[in-house]
Amino acid sequence: MNLKTRLNILKRKYRGSKMAPAFNAIHTFLYLPNETTRGGTHIKAADDLKRTMNTVIMAMVPCLIFGMFNAGYQHYLAVGNIQAVSGGFLSAEFWTLDNFMVGFWKILPLVIVSYGVGLAIEFLFAVIKKHEVEEGYLVTGMLVPLIVPVDIPLWMLAVAVAFGVVIGKEVFGGTGMNILNPALTIRAFLFFAYPTWMSGDKVWVHGAVDRDQAIAAGQNLDAISGETILGSLAQGKEMAYSTAEMFLGFIPGSVGETSTLLILLGGLFLIFTKIGSWRIMLSSVLGAIVMGLIFNQVTASGWITDTSKFYGLMSAPYWEHLIIGGFAFGTVFMATDPVTASQTNKGKWIYGFLVGFISILIRVFNPAYPEGVMLAILLMNVFAPTIDHYVVQANVKKRMKRLKAKVA
Amino acid sequence: MGLLSKKDSKLILDPLADNNPITIQVLGICSALAITAELKASIVMAVSVLFVLGIGNVVISLMRNIIPSKIRIIVQLVVVAALVIIVDLVLKAFAYELSKTLSVFVGLIITNCIIMGRFEAFALGNGPWRSFLDGIGNAAGYGAILIVVGFFRELLGSGTLLGFKVLGDPIEKTGLYAIGYENNGFMLLSPMALIVVGIIIWVQRSRNKALIEDH
Repeated sequence: MNLKTRLNILKRKYRGSKMAPAFNAIHTFLYLPNETTRGGTHIKAADDLKRTMNTVIMAMVPCLIFGMFNAGYQHYLAVGNIQAVSGGFLSAEFWTLDNFMVGFWKILPLVIVSYGVGLAIEFLFAVIKKHEVEEGYLVTGMLVPLIVPVDIPLWMLAVAVAFGVVIGKEVFGGTGMNILNPALTIRAFLFFAYPTWMSGDKVWVHGAVDRDQAIAAGQNLDAISGETILGSLAQGKEMAYSTAEMFLGFIPGSVGETSTLLILLGGLFLIFTKIGSWRIMLSSVLGAIVMGLIFNQVTASGWITDTSKFYGLMSAPYWEHLIIGGFAFGTVFMATDPVTASQTNKGKWIYGFLVGFISILIRVFNPAYPEGVMLAILLMNVFAPTIDHYVVQANVKKRMKRLKAKVA
Repeated sequence: MGLLSKKDSKLILDPLADNNPITIQVLGICSALAITAELKASIVMAVSVLFVLGIGNVVISLMRNIIPSKIRIIVQLVVVAALVIIVDLVLKAFAYELSKTLSVFVGLIITNCIIMGRFEAFALGNGPWRSFLDGIGNAAGYGAILIVVGFFRELLGSGTLLGFKVLGDPIEKTGLYAIGYENNGFMLLSPMALIVVGIIIWVQRSRNKALIEDH
């Protein structure tokens, strides 16, 4: 008897009982269910929720693997064991087993905690509320480890995941009902609850915080500077990284958001498979460019000089904003979340544009919250239904006018 | 309860649970969000409102037959304002530090919807004894939520209760902090107070079938 039949028997045995959703979920996760829809109107399509979610995860896997290598690379680079990457994307200094193992053992626990806690809560709620376990957490669970600093303590992540899944999703009725993107809710919770682990110049490189504490304890070591580009720009310092490094992702940052190249590939994959909305991605980039150009014009015309604390970020060329920080990752994987984004096509343009526009606005004007893209997407999540409402109403009005003209 | 008739005791007990001014009527939220970062401030606020609403309800109830209905709001405001000023001065005289923490929110008790609401809805139409009970009951229902929210916010946000370091010292790294625990800074921000109140409402509504609205 193979596993599938065994699970099917278990499923039948527990049908109608309290634990039924849990067994159903395991069965449908591993296999295509045996049941077929009978009667009524139904659409035959190859993509269901499970496949949609898997496609997004596939798009994120390169970022995850790159993040593992990068965690080790940044660590050894900061410690001084290796030299900076000299060649292109395939530099041998970067893709070493040493680098990978450091990142692997740091990031794998993040993935396990994220999925473990999140799915446990999903199963719990499904059993209590007697609905089926939904696949919504599959993507969230993958996003979470990619958007946190590599050294985040695991218990903090667990608390944040529990908070995000319950308050961000389950109170609204589960997958598909949530107003805010659950992954970003989790990150926002971490950001405001434990700022010492989520921002500043020490958290982005593995080992920097430990090293700092060792120095404070009196050991004679050099401090590791894990400063991100946004951080040093905000202070008006010279950029320590070349454009190529920023684009390819050899820079400190959250686990999976550094490589704009791989995010771009993931984005193209999502567009090609028609899972992610190209309208949102494109308009968000447009919004960021417009805001960046406005700031560049302001500094170019001399309204703001380098005595201002905003000068550093404002004078950064507009295209640089697209490849530093979490902007690219947020635009491709978070803003396009079909549940929390606008649903109408026109609405998507407005929504995406404002996401990009506000990201750069927050990034520049509030150096305390350099990750403007997180706050911008959460803000626009709240406004998405309003945007849709007005888009639909405008269409209704237009058609009413046409109708009246016809009747008259 | 020998002291109170069944109807009278309902006046006190109802607002504590099934008709709580904060969780069911969703009144008085502003102060519940603003001052609950510390348990001490929550308790003082709860006691202040208890005083103002208890006495205020009696005063309004005694005057209910001579207040012209066209200017009743002004009369109510004068009564609350007078009582709030008493509270404010007492706090300034005997607990100056605390009065600074509460700052403008003591003065804003005047605009607390619960107080005007009880004056309008109850004291204007009932005798002084029943109005007193109603006032005490509603203020206690308000205070109870404040104290619960204040308890969790101070415990999780600062690791203290009434100023005592119950979870250990975060700087010396004793107690829970020795194993890596850290205070949750989000708890000290007002949005988290709203979420805590929301969770209380959620738990209360899901446990009490009578409160579940069908859509």
